[in-house]
Amino acid sequence: MITDVIEPAIQDVWVYLTARPLVWLTVTIAAYLIGQWLFDRAGRRPLVNPVAIAVVLLVALLMVTGTDYQTYFDGAQFVHFLLGPATVALAVPLFQNFAQVRRAALPMLAALVAGSVTAILSAVGLAMLFGVSLETSRSLASKSVTMPIAMGITEQIGGIPSLTAVVVMITGIIGAMVVTPLMDLLRIGDWRARGFAVGVASHGIGTARAFQVNEIAGTFAGIAMALNGIATAIMVPLLIVLLD
Amino acid sequence: MIAAMMGLLACQLAGELLARLLNLPVPGPVLGTILLFLVLVARGRIPDTLRDVSRTLLANLSLLFVPAGVGIIQHLDRLRGEWLGIATAVFGSTVLTMVVAVLVFRGVSRLTGADAAASDEGRA
Repeated sequence: MITDVIEPAIQDVWVYLTARPLVWLTVTIAAYLIGQWLFDRAGRRPLVNPVAIAVVLLVALLMVTGTDYQTYFDGAQFVHFLLGPATVALAVPLFQNFAQVRRAALPMLAALVAGSVTAILSAVGLAMLFGVSLETSRSLASKSVTMPIAMGITEQIGGIPSLTAVVVMITGIIGAMVVTPLMDLLRIGDWRARGFAVGVASHGIGTARAFQVNEIAGTFAGIAMALNGIATAIMVPLLIVLLD
Repeated sequence: MIAAMMGLLACQLAGELLARLLNLPVPGPVLGTILLFLVLVARGRIPDTLRDVSRTLLANLSLLFVPAGVGIIQHLDRLRGEWLGIATAVFGSTVLTMVVAVLVFRGVSRLTGADAAASDEGRA
């Protein structure tokens, strides 16, 4: 009998809450904290990636509750918005470590150009080789660049910006998972080089991983991410002509 | 904390304005990074609160990618149809990019003597 009263009440509250940003904002942060917790429990192994865990949990939750992405994003956009200020914040470690950065100017410039061109051409080239549609292939061109920049580039060249956002995230997760074993395999002990490589290949998620491992690696990754944003924005429109 | 947040937002805003007004292909936040860097160079030091806020933001950078990442839910059909090609392209290209970047960095570092400078730093 009492459930006759409570159930509609819960229903009402649920309808009220899910239409507001608070729930989805809270749930986003909670999912990430669960990801972090699992990551710590697993001995901070790169294969247990907090972003991947959070995304899987949230996608499952949206599906179970029948929530559309727009409703979710209306709440989660407050977190998304911080990508801008966080990008600006990279100036702080850059300034702190500038002496070391300036000394590595030439290696950075060379690695930037080589890495940026490799990222664009190999992504689009491999996709086309596997018969991926032109629209999708174009959405892959800027996959190594931080999200706000990548989406802008994709729009310019006629891809699908929201697909690019997804591919950017996957690229970041792969970079964060692979960088440590790959660099150990290549016997690279230079934190500057390790950081720079992961920043060029996998932007902010790679940079977040680099900061976890070593501050110098993180700083160089952050610089690589910022520079690659600029380099890719200039190069994609030029290179995409070659691939058509 | 509020002042530091304001500083970051102001640099981003100035960056967005510059990019629009001058029609630059460079995104606003990246110009904002350069602007903040120039401000720090001019002041010669980092305010403590800015250091703390920046550290907090950068330490949790990966959280900020989650909302857009959940957008994968909108593309499940496309991914189902083309997953092999997309997965190969993204994985192959990411690994290849890292290998190329790190080898070029190391090679040029050795050639230009930037290595010696770095190891001096390590000792100091």
